[in-house]
Amino acid sequence: MSITNLLNNWSFYRNKRPYRGQYDLNKEYSEYKWAMALDLDICTGCNACTTACYAENNLPVVGKKRFHHGQVMHWIRIERYWDEKMVDFPEQGASFLPMMCQQCEAAPCETVCPVGATSHTNDGLNSQNYHRCIGSRYCSANCPYKVRYFNFWNYPSTAWPAPLPDQLNPDVTVRTKGIMEKCTFCVQRLNEAKSRARTEYRLVRDGEVVPACVQACPTSAITFGNIVDPNSKVAKMWKNQQVDLYKDLQEKDNTVRGYRILEDLRPFPSVMYMERIRDTEA
Amino acid sequence: MINTFEERDVAVEKRFIHKEKDIREDIAWAQINKDVLKSLERPRMLFWVIFIASLALFMVGVSCEIYQYQTGMGVANLDNPHVWGLYIGTFIFWIGMSHSGTLLSAILHIMHADWRKPIYRFAEAMTTFSLMTAGLFVMVHLGRVWQFYYVVAYPNERWTWPNFQSPLVWDATAIFTYLTSSMIFLYIGMIPDLAICRDNATGFRKSFYTFLSLGWMGTDRQWANFRVTYLTVACFLIPLAVSVHSIVATDFAVSQQPGWHITSFPPYFVAGALYSGCAAIITLFIVLRYVFRFEEYMTMPILEKTAKLTFAIAMVWTYLNLVEYSSTWYGDDMYAKQALIYRATGDFAPYWWMMNFLGSVVPFTLAFKRIRNNIPAMLVISILLNVGMWLERWMIVSPTFANGIYPWTWDHDQWPSLVQWGIVAGSFGWFNMLFMLFCKIFPSVSMYEVKEMVYHRSLVRKGTEDATQINPELAVEGGIAS
Repeated sequence: MSITNLLNNWSFYRNKRPYRGQYDLNKEYSEYKWAMALDLDICTGCNACTTACYAENNLPVVGKKRFHHGQVMHWIRIERYWDEKMVDFPEQGASFLPMMCQQCEAAPCETVCPVGATSHTNDGLNSQNYHRCIGSRYCSANCPYKVRYFNFWNYPSTAWPAPLPDQLNPDVTVRTKGIMEKCTFCVQRLNEAKSRARTEYRLVRDGEVVPACVQACPTSAITFGNIVDPNSKVAKMWKNQQVDLYKDLQEKDNTVRGYRILEDLRPFPSVMYMERIRDTEA
Repeated sequence: MINTFEERDVAVEKRFIHKEKDIREDIAWAQINKDVLKSLERPRMLFWVIFIASLALFMVGVSCEIYQYQTGMGVANLDNPHVWGLYIGTFIFWIGMSHSGTLLSAILHIMHADWRKPIYRFAEAMTTFSLMTAGLFVMVHLGRVWQFYYVVAYPNERWTWPNFQSPLVWDATAIFTYLTSSMIFLYIGMIPDLAICRDNATGFRKSFYTFLSLGWMGTDRQWANFRVTYLTVACFLIPLAVSVHSIVATDFAVSQQPGWHITSFPPYFVAGALYSGCAAIITLFIVLRYVFRFEEYMTMPILEKTAKLTFAIAMVWTYLNLVEYSSTWYGDDMYAKQALIYRATGDFAPYWWMMNFLGSVVPFTLAFKRIRNNIPAMLVISILLNVGMWLERWMIVSPTFANGIYPWTWDHDQWPSLVQWGIVAGSFGWFNMLFMLFCKIFPSVSMYEVKEMVYHRSLVRKGTEDATQINPELAVEGGIAS
């Protein structure tokens, strides 16, 4: 980025998100930009997505002690927010919020990594290069959602005793101690689908590939797809909810439920949530 | 009660004429050599006590690090929102400590404050060793320390570069530059003294100092080149010192986290750095003065001047601290405000209040002359100030993780494990060990500059250019180089 470019297009850089092709203002995602829509009204907080993620991405089960130390490795976590304390537990309502890497367009983690181990891919993912990572943990320090998980222990040596390594997913690496990892939108599935589509001279069709969490969700609360394709389900949902990927302040009316978490920090996340509607009179 | 003229004269003399001097003006040059060279031979017993204790502490740190290296960062009891802990806090502390050496040797050198001359050498050594310690903390902190060189921009067959957007890369560059420059500065300033050591040493020490003194003969041409080189490196070092801690501050200031995302961080960090460095200089001043019997050179007026400097910098730091609080309080960033309230009332509140007390209230004791001239009191105060400054760094790093923007971070308790404390303690051992070794091997008081100081002061006192008239000893016993 030259200074002239910056000064001439100051309003652009000030108001729009910096994105992958930021050096070329006309460049947008031409083929793929993976995105998600998550309906909190449908989510039951059943944790099936978390379990599926553990199975798909070779996440280690850390055990009770390390879980309490906060060294747990769930790439997608179900957060629980209690209602205000009018009543005690059985009657007290709770809201669930599945939280995973938001695959931000202007990801705060990417700029601060000293070795460039985390960077943006051509299809709008925030990738993590395990081999390059030196474990400075700056990305996690700067992540507003705190969805990056660090391998504090050498989990491959403890998490899967004798017969268990046979159940590991061969498409995903097993991570050693001292590196950072996070949700990848199941990039191994995406890449496989993309290369299959490429051999047939087409783009990946909508619904052809989904991450493990989407596949496992019993209530179909999570929708995943390519937002560049205007006919995809996720693009339609984003449009219906009047959420624009490239705006940090949405101009929408009160009839829609769509929002993105911590939008005012301007990371331009790729996951849209839809608010839960609570009937307080019932 | 003054009854006679004589008594009045004595009283007046006590008040005005016998004002304590930075250094005795009639001290002979040969005596200076003798006193300083004695520090290379037989220090007091306390030297060995400190040295052995430091070595033991260092060993504790090394064993903790070996354990952590083998097992993983989990033994430090860090967890997923709290990915940084004491390591980064202590890293900032050591980087900060390194700044006062440059302040004393370079900034005061340019400002012609000659009272710095007996104490700048060990302050510079402090700079070098605390930078080394800080560098170790970066290594200790890394998850995969064996690949730390990925941060350095080195040519490789994969054409991969570090991410130049990242403040950590700026950090690595700045610290390496500062470390090399300060080592060169320390060494250059020591060459004439090494020549004196060479002239007085025997045996293997003689060849050691001969090698290091680079054939220094004390000729006019050598002195002229020496002056220019020294001044050039000093001028180079001043902006470097300011930039290093500013860059460490940008590690925090450019991030989005509440409590870190503050514009005033770079000057705040630099002020804090000078503050803790000055306090450390007072501590080491008192220790060296006793251990090596430097009472003649590290005099009370110099200690008092250092204390005044510390007091001034403490007030600058307090001001910038208040600027930080008030700009956060009256600012628009609700996350930052929440983090500030958390620091004052949450789990870290005792340490936060202690930090404010030690950093901003305790230095007011330095306003009293009686305390400034009381060595035990100064020792305690200077250590307290450094404890406060260490707490400050910890309070910058840790509470932000415990009270981040995202609610998920709010209910995570975290307390550093014994491994973390062990490595922090080990760093103090490592620093003290190196520092004590340095003072034993190299002259920790600059002989040639003390001679200059004595010479200039005697000229000023007598108003004459010929120093031999004042002190005939100078003419016979001491040359400039010997």
